[in-house]
Amino acid sequence: MLKGGLYPSVRFPQMEAYELTRYSIFSLIKQGLIRHTGWKRAWRNPEPKAAYDVIIIGGGGHGLATAYYLAKLHGIHNVAVLEKGWLGGGNTGRNTTIIRSNYLLDPNAHLYEHSMKLWEGLSQDLNFNVMFSQRGVLNLCHSKAQTDAFARRGNAMRLNGIDAELLSRDEVRKRIPELDFSDQVRFPICGGLLQPRGGTARHDGVAWGFARAADQRGVDIIQNCEVTDFIIEGGRVTGVETTRGKITAGKVAMAVAGHTGVLAQKAGLTLPIESHILQAMVSEPLKPLLDTVVTFGAGHFYISQSDKGGMVFGGDIEGYNSYAQRGNLPTLEHVISAGVSMMPCLSRVRMLRSWGGTVDMTMDGSPIIGKAPIEGLFINGGWNYGGFKATPGSGWVYAHTIANDAPHPLNEAFTLERFARGRLIDERGAGANPALH
Amino acid sequence: MLLIKCPWCGERDMVEFTHGGDATKVYPKDPNATTSEEWHDFIYLRENPCGEHVEYWHHVAGCRQWLKVRRDTTTHDILTTAPADGDLDT
Repeated sequence: MLKGGLYPSVRFPQMEAYELTRYSIFSLIKQGLIRHTGWKRAWRNPEPKAAYDVIIIGGGGHGLATAYYLAKLHGIHNVAVLEKGWLGGGNTGRNTTIIRSNYLLDPNAHLYEHSMKLWEGLSQDLNFNVMFSQRGVLNLCHSKAQTDAFARRGNAMRLNGIDAELLSRDEVRKRIPELDFSDQVRFPICGGLLQPRGGTARHDGVAWGFARAADQRGVDIIQNCEVTDFIIEGGRVTGVETTRGKITAGKVAMAVAGHTGVLAQKAGLTLPIESHILQAMVSEPLKPLLDTVVTFGAGHFYISQSDKGGMVFGGDIEGYNSYAQRGNLPTLEHVISAGVSMMPCLSRVRMLRSWGGTVDMTMDGSPIIGKAPIEGLFINGGWNYGGFKATPGSGWVYAHTIANDAPHPLNEAFTLERFARGRLIDERGAGANPALH
Repeated sequence: MLLIKCPWCGERDMVEFTHGGDATKVYPKDPNATTSEEWHDFIYLRENPCGEHVEYWHHVAGCRQWLKVRRDTTTHDILTTAPADGDLDT
């Protein structure tokens, strides 16, 4: 927790005691009166039990959301979430926090739109402010052909009940005057496709909110507990070996995107996944500059401004297999040059830091959510760049799949078998090259 | 920054290269006699190891030759390189 430093006048409690509190304006005022010294731990820190009904591997947003919906909607409370490090320390805390459902293909549109609807009520549902901000997501287009393609995608979205607006160059200019509208520009802005309900959320808060709400419904969240092997008896997964001992379970569910390939290897599965590095960056805090999320259409670049004022942005993956959780400078230079060509005022902004996360890149650019080929084992991974926005929806459909031993209609297209059967969900149409999605 | 030793040009900056993916996958010898399971394995499945990985790189902004590289995916260390049809262990 925060100790000293930032707010030296405030004494932080040891946070040992755990208390089931409902957060409200009254709890905030009460704590304000005692200088915020009375906050208790928001979830327990239990020792792992010998057996559970369901073990979820991975304490990121997806795993915690799955545990929450299992307990809340399916009455399965005897659940453990095993996390090898700390909660949300993987990709949940490393993404650029963008939330959208602006997809062309039906399976993607339906899944991400379901997630969007859950986002819209999530803070109330969890009693935890995930700071979901529907500031809009605007994709810029830079040619007549691209405008046509965006119109097509916008129409497909509307047919699927998703909000989409095609903006002209002047409408884009009115919204974001900082973009480069000069005559000399290499990639002139022709317009853009706006999803007004898109936006951002506080990514750590999402992990913490789901953790607290799951814990309150009886889920054991066990950190510093790495799964080292699966226990497979008679062709069925019956538990896991961990760094904190053997734990048995009726069902075991993976939610470790970035490391899905490595974990699946332990169960003898080879997947249509390569692990790659995606970097993101944040600038020094600035005064309000950008009140929406905007993406460049002539390169790969997306940017928003955090509530603290930092410009948060990212772009392409590194393009080679890696688990290092850090990338190299040429990619940063590439991403930033796309950013500066889109928004020239960024050229003098000082960068604060950059970081990398390991992402599962699948062969068609879409996730895998469903039953694994081994009885009792479930797989949720292959989220490519786009897992954060799916967090509540992914947990929701995954909990349904685990509880019923069968997928929900929203995720029945996202099977592992789709690759063998030729039923790919290739939004970008890039083919079986993970680095291109 | 990765420095990749091209067998023809010597150590060169990574920006001159493009990654070509898993080099352990071999194109089926007789496409007409290949089953759909074998095609699935060749096209879609990857070992994706955490550690040493044998992969192709293309010296696209240099001599334009393809090469084979053994690289550690946890440290990014380039361990050995060879021509694409060569042997990494010699």
